[in-house]
Amino acid sequence: MIKIDINKKLHGANGQMKLDINLEIKEGEFLALAGLSGSGKTTLLRILAGLEDANGIININNNIWLNENFSLAPQKREIGFVFQDYALFPNFSILENLLYVNKDLELANHLLKITELEELKHRLPQTLSGGQKQRVSLCRALMKRPKLLLMDEPLSALDPQMRTKLQSEILALHKEFNTTTIMVSHDPSEIYRLANRIVVLNYGQIINDGTPKDILLKTKGSQKFSFEGELLDIVKVDVIYIAIVAIGQQLVEVVVGKNEIENLTIGQKVSLSTKAFSPTIQAV
Amino acid sequence: MIELIKEIDYLPFILSFKLATITTFILFFICLPLAWYLSQTQSRIKPFLEAITALPIVLPPSVLGFYILLTLSHNSPIGHFFQEYFHVRLVFNFYGLIIASCFYSLPFMIQPLQSGLESVNKNMIEASYICGKSKLETLFKVVLPNIKPALLTAIIITFSHTVGEFGVVLMIGGSIPNETKVASIAIYEFTETMDYTKAHIYSAIMVSLSFLTLLGVYLFNGKQKKIFSGISK
Repeated sequence: MIKIDINKKLHGANGQMKLDINLEIKEGEFLALAGLSGSGKTTLLRILAGLEDANGIININNNIWLNENFSLAPQKREIGFVFQDYALFPNFSILENLLYVNKDLELANHLLKITELEELKHRLPQTLSGGQKQRVSLCRALMKRPKLLLMDEPLSALDPQMRTKLQSEILALHKEFNTTTIMVSHDPSEIYRLANRIVVLNYGQIINDGTPKDILLKTKGSQKFSFEGELLDIVKVDVIYIAIVAIGQQLVEVVVGKNEIENLTIGQKVSLSTKAFSPTIQAV
Repeated sequence: MIELIKEIDYLPFILSFKLATITTFILFFICLPLAWYLSQTQSRIKPFLEAITALPIVLPPSVLGFYILLTLSHNSPIGHFFQEYFHVRLVFNFYGLIIASCFYSLPFMIQPLQSGLESVNKNMIEASYICGKSKLETLFKVVLPNIKPALLTAIIITFSHTVGEFGVVLMIGGSIPNETKVASIAIYEFTETMDYTKAHIYSAIMVSLSFLTLLGVYLFNGKQKKIFSGISK
């Protein structure tokens, strides 16, 4: 069981705010941390890692990492950290990056095998693609067999295909090591696939805490599809109008009536919904 | 011509390079912790430290020389102490030159080191801490190997700058053969006595050596950049 009860004054981009977090996390839980940028997600991870100080208590399985008059050094906390920019050591090969943590060659080879990096283990990090670098970073974080794995938007710099592939690998590794994990993410599908709990922060406070299904599925129980998107354009074709809306990575066209377009301005956030009595679902 | 080259007294050059080597060695170990501190700290005294360490760049060598002379001469407490207890004089000999050069060349060591250390990805340093490594181990295993070009620049610039120093040397060391008469002083004296042939030869040697060292630095740094951006792999 991990108990976190911390607070800290932050001078963020949106002026002063107070980070005030009270959380209990069960062992083996995969927690996604969401919220607007500047809401304190990364700071929370850094406080857990011991890279920033804060007031309060962090208690991991009855080991105190932080209290009023003591803060355990990051070197001594049993954590793994995956940075958004990978933060690999450019002067070491892939294998050396892993062995720098500890000399467990067997574990290193095992991790490299799971993440399909065996062939590349003697290369330098600079010669790898973004996805490969992030896999190395993930392997390196697990070399310590950490009690707590922290990931700060690990996949946000990668393209959608690579994300999906890495999500499966993260899931596989989480199952194998059963490491309690906290991941900062903005991507609902990613959160849904990986996490079993989501905590949403806003201005340093927890505003939502629950299962991804409860929190992310906004149309629960109302029998319809509803998507939020951005209105990109309205085109007149013969006598009808077509609105082009960007929903996530996809563009869709919708027919709109003349009366409706009067209330719409290009660039605004719109919600697009329909009753879904007989939707078709197909594998792509 | 060959006769002339054979006749040349190479002692001033040897002295110059000996002085530069010792100064660079001392400064490297003094400046490394200081530059590391300056690159990591957000303390309010940082600008003051930066200003103090940069002073020798702006000050005329005569000002620097004057103060060092005052501080080290046997009339000063420091000079007196060394004379009394160690029987060592600190001015008008090689020791004095080393001390003066260390002050004079300090910014040329500290600034490239500091900017090199500042350019290191902070996340990488933190990642190393999380890997369980101490600050010292992180510095030697991860930070320094990744700023080789900055290290080399700092060492070479300090070395060359010390070889090229003139004003401070003149004030602290004078021109004692085989003790404080370095190459730059020798050239000054040849010019003063209108021995232009020797001044020419000495100057030409200085120009070629300096050019070759700088060329070496730029070639190495270019190659390092290629390695670290993955091109040559």
